[in-house]
Amino acid sequence: MALPIDIARMSVGYGGPPVLTDVDLAVREGELVALVGANGAGKSTLLKVIVGLLSPSTGTVRVLGTEPRLAAPRIAYLPQAEELRWDYPLRVEDVVAMGRIGRSGTVTLGTNEALARVSATDLAKRPISALSGGQRQRVLLARALVSQPELLLLDEPATGVDPATEEQLMEVLREIASTGRTVLVSTHDLAGVVAHFRRVVCLNGRIVADGDVSLLRDDRVLRETYGGHPPAGPFDYADEHHA
Amino acid sequence: MPDLLEPLHYGFVIRAIVAASIVAIVCAGVGIFVILRGLAFLGDAISHAAFPGVVIAFLLKTNLIIGGSIAAIGSALAIGLISRRSGLREDATIGVVFAGMFALGVVLFGRIRTYTGDLLGILLGDVLGVTEDQLVIAAFAAIVIVGALWFFRRELIFVSFDPTGAAAAGLPVLRYDALLLGLIGLAIAVSVQVVGIVLVVAMLVTPAATARLIARDLPEMVRLTVGFGLVSAVAGMYVSYYVNTASGGTIVLVATLFFALTWLARSARRGRTR
Repeated sequence: MALPIDIARMSVGYGGPPVLTDVDLAVREGELVALVGANGAGKSTLLKVIVGLLSPSTGTVRVLGTEPRLAAPRIAYLPQAEELRWDYPLRVEDVVAMGRIGRSGTVTLGTNEALARVSATDLAKRPISALSGGQRQRVLLARALVSQPELLLLDEPATGVDPATEEQLMEVLREIASTGRTVLVSTHDLAGVVAHFRRVVCLNGRIVADGDVSLLRDDRVLRETYGGHPPAGPFDYADEHHA
Repeated sequence: MPDLLEPLHYGFVIRAIVAASIVAIVCAGVGIFVILRGLAFLGDAISHAAFPGVVIAFLLKTNLIIGGSIAAIGSALAIGLISRRSGLREDATIGVVFAGMFALGVVLFGRIRTYTGDLLGILLGDVLGVTEDQLVIAAFAAIVIVGALWFFRRELIFVSFDPTGAAAAGLPVLRYDALLLGLIGLAIAVSVQVVGIVLVVAMLVTPAATARLIARDLPEMVRLTVGFGLVSAVAGMYVSYYVNTASGGTIVLVATLFFALTWLARSARRGRTR
């Protein structure tokens, strides 16, 4: 059985110097993986390579046993919320229904069913311009669930989201992973990673570390991930709470 | 109260009202995307770029709409292509192509020594001079435009609202963008005869912008844009008939009046609820 994500010696850039160099990454079915790193570390770039929006300059990328472009209909990708035009005259149900476009041949969920999964049925008729940050993320996740993807890629879903909504989003993601589907989430929120994930991949132009979230206890890992000025590690916050 | 049926005794008036209505509908359809994607300047540029095509069609004694649409669609696609390949911002590319094409039209225009009333009509609009042949071509183009917009409505909205997500889902985003540019070019070529090159942008932008002020969802925006466009076209024709003013300009003035009233009404209502 082929791995959902199987990347070997991959480098990629936007024409200039490479953004990511020599990336090796293997993710198994049903894994829930956090992708951390500073701005510009290559988190979004890696997600875009996996979904086939960017082609690697060297190395190999296999997704769901095939080329990324061919796997696209079986992947759901949530772009960063700020890349979308939330001022459009659309209702939540219109956005969720977009999850069906380009997915002919796959069995899709109904719009209301997808909204129910993220506890947002009451939002169906709401204009998208009236949504909070947390509601936007729930709507985008519902749109992703419509196509029942085998692989789910989320770019910074925790940004601008209140703790209660983040908890709820993570609950949905854990449920998806428990049914044997694979979830990869990029994030800035190290405390959230420790609380909700088991595996973390630290990026800084390359893979600095990859393994159990306890890696984030390691000062050397944090320093190499975030350069000279690492943020307070997630466990520092935890210690403060106990103090 | 003037007899509203009286102008309809003249065939040229009926043709003019039908032509203006067709323009209102095609401009509403593409105008919604022009407003949502912020392409008003592009629309203005494409209409000016149609000018040399119209002049060449006149010199070759072929249909002016066909000449205009070739130049308009060609310029629209050229702007898209050059922006992507040159690394220049789109507004710079639009400025270069639009001014260059319009200059070509002006130079060719100056070479014509015969009577050029038809061509002045193209610049300022000559809806009363619309022939039956032109109506048939305009109607055919309108079916193509409205049909394509309807058939691809979900995809066109998806690539406009969330281009990255649409590309990730495997949609050919560049092809849908090119389709939209082509349809805008065709709509402009159809409209030039009615309101003239200089004012086409108003038909593209004003009714859709008015609808955008108050529409809560897309179906409502479509209904309101078509409504504002049609009422402006027909009312503008009547006013220009009775007051004896230029019809293209009058239609645009009525549309602008709707925008002003809608904006004032919305501001007043918001002020009250605040």
